[in-house]
Amino acid sequence: MMKNIGIIIELDNGKIKETNFGMITLARAKDTELFAVVMDADAASVKEDLELFGITKIVEVCLSKDQQANPVVRAKVIINVIKAYNICAVFGLSTATGKDLLPRIAAFLEASLVMDCYAVDLEQNLVKTSQYSGKTIATIKVTGDVLVFGVRPNAVEPVKAQASARIVKLKLDESNLVAKGFRVIKTSEVDESTNINLVEADVIIAGGRGMKNGDNFTILSKCAEKLNAAVGASRVAVDAGWVPYSMQVGQTGEKVSPMVYIACGISGSVQHFAGMKTSGMVIAINTDGNASIMSNCDYYVKADALEIIPELIKHLEND
Amino acid sequence: MQIYICVKHVPDSAANITIVEKNRIDENLTFLLNPYDEHAVTEAVRIKDNLPDSEIVAVCLGKDDAEKTLRSAMAMGADRGLLIASDKNHDSIETAQALKAAIEQDGNPGLIFTGKESIDAEGMQTMFRIGALLDLPVATNVVNLDIEAGRAVVDCALSGGTANTYELSLPCVIGAGRGLNTPRYPTFPDVVKSKKKPVKKIAFYDLKIEPSKAGMKIVELEPLLQKREPKEIKGDAGEVAKKILRILKDEARVI
Ligand SMILES: Cc1cc2nc3c(=O)[nH]c(=O)nc-3n(C[C@H](O)[C@H](O)[C@H](O)COP(=O)(O)OP(=O)(O)OC[C@H]3O[C@@H](n4cnc5c(N)ncnc54)[C@H](O)[C@@H]3O)c2cc1C
Ligand SMILES: Nc1ncnc2c1ncn2[C@@H]1O[C@H](COP(=O)(O)O)[C@@H](O)[C@H]1O
Repeated sequence: MMKNIGIIIELDNGKIKETNFGMITLARAKDTELFAVVMDADAASVKEDLELFGITKIVEVCLSKDQQANPVVRAKVIINVIKAYNICAVFGLSTATGKDLLPRIAAFLEASLVMDCYAVDLEQNLVKTSQYSGKTIATIKVTGDVLVFGVRPNAVEPVKAQASARIVKLKLDESNLVAKGFRVIKTSEVDESTNINLVEADVIIAGGRGMKNGDNFTILSKCAEKLNAAVGASRVAVDAGWVPYSMQVGQTGEKVSPMVYIACGISGSVQHFAGMKTSGMVIAINTDGNASIMSNCDYYVKADALEIIPELIKHLEND
Repeated sequence: MQIYICVKHVPDSAANITIVEKNRIDENLTFLLNPYDEHAVTEAVRIKDNLPDSEIVAVCLGKDDAEKTLRSAMAMGADRGLLIASDKNHDSIETAQALKAAIEQDGNPGLIFTGKESIDAEGMQTMFRIGALLDLPVATNVVNLDIEAGRAVVDCALSGGTANTYELSLPCVIGAGRGLNTPRYPTFPDVVKSKKKPVKKIAFYDLKIEPSKAGMKIVELEPLLQKREPKEIKGDAGEVAKKILRILKDEARVI
């Protein structure tokens, strides 16, 4: 039987975030029809991009600015979509926005939910995610009429599968969209042009205690700018007040899976690994050859990061 | 105001995890209060400082030895504990149902706290399920909280150091994020005092939870194996920089 799958598309200033394509790739399965739900733009503007990855229906929902900003309203919109199109599985990204949206949907429907997953088998309803601070991979059997999945950004390689899509406009029943006791006072616009989002970055250059002070992080920022990378940090660097908490990678910080993770002056504690062990390639720069990150990476440099990084910047500038 | 804090008894993040019987961990290791829940307790204590009539109740669904985590919460300032004892592991649907039932049975929540996630299951959802069951508004990853005139104003952290500000009517459910406060670790006298605070124990099955048609069941756990084979990049700083660039270009293809 044909299954209808809903995919919540995350946009950034009206443009599709690249990381959606990996999610669509993950959601594609035999005998399924893929419904992309677009809440923040007109569907026509994203149609071609979505078709490239196999979307065949685009559900366009028109929301007022106020409604767009309210995660409770958004969750109820998705529930409307689920009911209107008989959707049995919903995929969204496990980003900051997704973490405030997908659990609301699952809670309202009393549906199963696995966040931060990177593999889904819709025939057997099996999902893979990490547990125990990233030390184990759990395979979870999900049951129920509707299954909700939060997909770890960057965890799935996008694969194209050209299709042609039809835009369907869903008329919403406003009375179904009431956010009881929940009001938005202010939303912050993330300025993506200057601040590359840590969880979605292809390259992360991170610093730890070995960076010695906050000023030295400007060296990392400079290198990151040249590499089109984001800057991350260990908890020690955050606790010392050198950089804000939002830059912390690890068990109690962000969980990231960039293509390349460059760790500068980071020893590689279990808690730090919990946040970056799913990275593609790990390059460690550390003065101590015995630091645990040195035996758990792809490349290591036994040297002072404060000597290597400026050289790297110099070569990037001359490139 | 009665403030309930859901606290989870979780394995120490620094402990090595051993998998037994395919889908369980060997629980013979150090368990402690979930780190995010420490922020929840600390925040509840701060609120009580301003509203001295408040009572702080820590609630935990866990095995008998989870009482230790309730004692930690009480040493940090909770007034009493509520242990929903079960020798099984429950998914977040059952957990939320049990926490809701126990809280309802016990009192009148003016505020319910959780952490933003548990570090073992990493579910990120229990607070929303409790909120839905009690029909209360929910905010998660809360890094600033002001209680005023029957409402809560919260900042919820997003990536990049930014936050959204929401207003929730009371009672509501608050998932504490790490930026919310600095946990106040107990002093020795606090620990001694906590031993005398009451813990009420109820059995999970006495709550008569209706089975849900939805569920999440762990069928297999595997260690996340590190397959990396470290290769050294040698040379002076200039040579190393050149080699790194070549790796980024030719092997990783990110530039
Ligand atoms: C509940 C809990 C949660 C935690 N959550 C997190 C988390 O989310 N993220 C996190 O990172 N940590 C977390 N931690 C902390 C963690 O245990 C470590 O303390 C921390 O990761 C260490 O940071 P570090 O590697 O920067 O510092 P250190 O371990 O001190 O390592 C510094 C490294 O820098 C090297 N070094 C020194 N100078 C130089 C130089 N000039 N050039 C190159 N290398 C140099 C040293 O050889 C050393 O290896 C948590 C801890 C607990 C208990
Ligand atoms: N068994 C439990 N007992 C008490 N509180 C729990 C339990 N499981 C989860 N919680 C609470 O829900 C939060 C989020 O957990 P999770 O949804 O598993 O990430 C935790 O930080 C706790 O506050």
